[in-house]
Amino acid sequence: MEMSGSGGTVLELRSLEKMFTEKKTGRELEVLDGIDLEIGQGRFTCVVGPSGCGKTTLLRAIGGLVEPTSGEIFLDGHPVTGPGPERGMVFQEYALFPWRTVLKNVTFGLTLKGISAIDARASAREYLETVGLTDYENLYPRELSGGMKQRVAIARTLAVEPRILLMDEPFASLDAQARNGMQEFLVELWRETPVTIVFVTHSVDEAVFLGQEIIGLSGRPARIVEKFTNELPYPRNRTDAAFTDLRARILDYLTKEMADSYV
Amino acid sequence: MKKWKVISPLVFIVLWQVLASAGALGKGVPSPVQVVQGLYQLTVTGFPPGYKLLGDILSSLARVLLGFGIAVVLAVPIGILMGWSSWFDVVLDPIVEALRPIPPLAWLPFALVWFGLGYLSAAFVIFLGVFFPVVLNTVAGARSVDPYLEEAARTLGADRRTILLKVIVPGSLPSIFTGVRIGIGVGWMTLVAAELIGVKNGYGLGYMIMNAGEVARFDYVVGGMVVIGLIGFLMDRAIKYAEKRLLKWR
Repeated sequence: MEMSGSGGTVLELRSLEKMFTEKKTGRELEVLDGIDLEIGQGRFTCVVGPSGCGKTTLLRAIGGLVEPTSGEIFLDGHPVTGPGPERGMVFQEYALFPWRTVLKNVTFGLTLKGISAIDARASAREYLETVGLTDYENLYPRELSGGMKQRVAIARTLAVEPRILLMDEPFASLDAQARNGMQEFLVELWRETPVTIVFVTHSVDEAVFLGQEIIGLSGRPARIVEKFTNELPYPRNRTDAAFTDLRARILDYLTKEMADSYV
Repeated sequence: MKKWKVISPLVFIVLWQVLASAGALGKGVPSPVQVVQGLYQLTVTGFPPGYKLLGDILSSLARVLLGFGIAVVLAVPIGILMGWSSWFDVVLDPIVEALRPIPPLAWLPFALVWFGLGYLSAAFVIFLGVFFPVVLNTVAGARSVDPYLEEAARTLGADRRTILLKVIVPGSLPSIFTGVRIGIGVGWMTLVAAELIGVKNGYGLGYMIMNAGEVARFDYVVGGMVVIGLIGFLMDRAIKYAEKRLLKWR
C-alpha cells in the first residue's frame, strides 16, 4: 500500500488489450490496442476519443465488468480481477434499483459490506446530504429528474468509499442545462472529497471543464495518442481564452482521429 | 365515463331478462330472475338437497387455492432460474415447452392414479393450468431485468446470490404478478374439469354444475357460473390490490 499516499499511483494499466469475437461472423474485433496508463491519487482524468473507439470498454475493463484479453490492471499495486466496491462505477443509464427508495439505493452497497442497517442508513444520509438530496430519501427513482438520479447513483457509489470513481458518460442523457449543473456539482464534490476520478465523455467541452488530464484515444482499436494537461484553476470558465484554446487543440486531434478511422 | 361501468351490466341483465322471458334464448335457458331464485335455493336447500352452495364454494376454493398455491411456489423459483441462468434455461426450456400445450384435462387418468379420488387430484389438474403461465411470465420478467442493474450491483460488491435475491427477484415481480393473475383465471377455468373426477364427497361448484346440467336444472348451472365469475373477479381484484401495495415503485 506504499503507493496509496497522496500523489502516489492509484491505478495502473499495462499493455491492456481487448479483443471481441463478433457473434454473427466469428470475426475477431480488436477494441483496445495496448493501453498503458498511470493515474495518480486524487486526480481527475477525462478520456475522450472518436465514437465507438473503445472508451467505454476501457472503463468497463478497469471496473472489472469486461475481462481484458491481455495486459494487466493494478489498483494500489494489486491486480484487478472482476468488479469490486473499491472501483465504483457510475453509468450513463443511472442503473438505480427502481424498487428501492433513494435512501435504500444508497444503503445497498453498505449493507453488503456487513454494515448494520442503522449505521448504513446514517452513512447513506450523510452522502445524500453531500449530493444535496436530503429531502428526497423516501422517493423512488421514477419520481426523480435525470440529474437527481445521477446524484443518487454518485452517492450510492461514494458511500462504499471506493479508491477510484469510474464514470461512463454519466451526464450524456441530461439536457444541456442540467448537464452544466451536474458538471459544476461534480467539480465541487471532487474538490471536497479526496476521490480519484476517471471520466469518459464524448464531449470535449465537458472534458476541458472537468479534467486535470485529458487522455485522447485513437479510433478503434483504441491506443492513447494524446495526453493533454489542463492546469486551469477551478471553477473553470468556458469563455476563458485558455479554455477555448485547449478545447480547440483537443478538437483538432479528435477531428484528425475521426478522419483516420473512416479511411 | 364512470357511469357506464354500472349501465352496461344493467343493460345486459335487462336484455337477458327480456329475451329469456320471450323464449328467444332457447328452451330451458334461465332468465336472471330464475338464476337468482336458483341461487337462493342452492343456498338454503342445496343441490343435491343437503349439499348447500357455501359448501360448494369452500370446497372449490380449497381445490383452486391448493393447486394455485403449489403452482406459484414451484413456478416462480423455476422461472427465475430459467430466466437468469442460461444453463437452467437450456435444461428446462424443452421440457416446459413440450408439456405446456398439453391440456390439463389430458392428465386426468394420471391424476387419479397418483392422487386417487379427492382434493389432491383436482388440485393437481388446477396446478397444471396455473403452473405454465406463471413460469413463462416469470422467465420473461427475469430476462427483462436491466443488465445495468446487475452490473451496478456487482460493482457495489454483490455476489451471485445477492444479485439473484436483491436484483433479479424484485426486478421480476411485475411480470410474476401478471403471470399470477393469468394463472388464477386459468385455475378457475380448469376447475369444472378437475371436479369432474376429483370429487367424491359431493361438494364443489364445478361438480354441482355438472350434476345440475345432467338433470336440466339450468338455473343452477348459470347460478354456479355466476358464483365462479364473481369469485374469480374478487380474487383478481385482491391480487391487483396486493400488486399496487407491493409495487408502488412502478
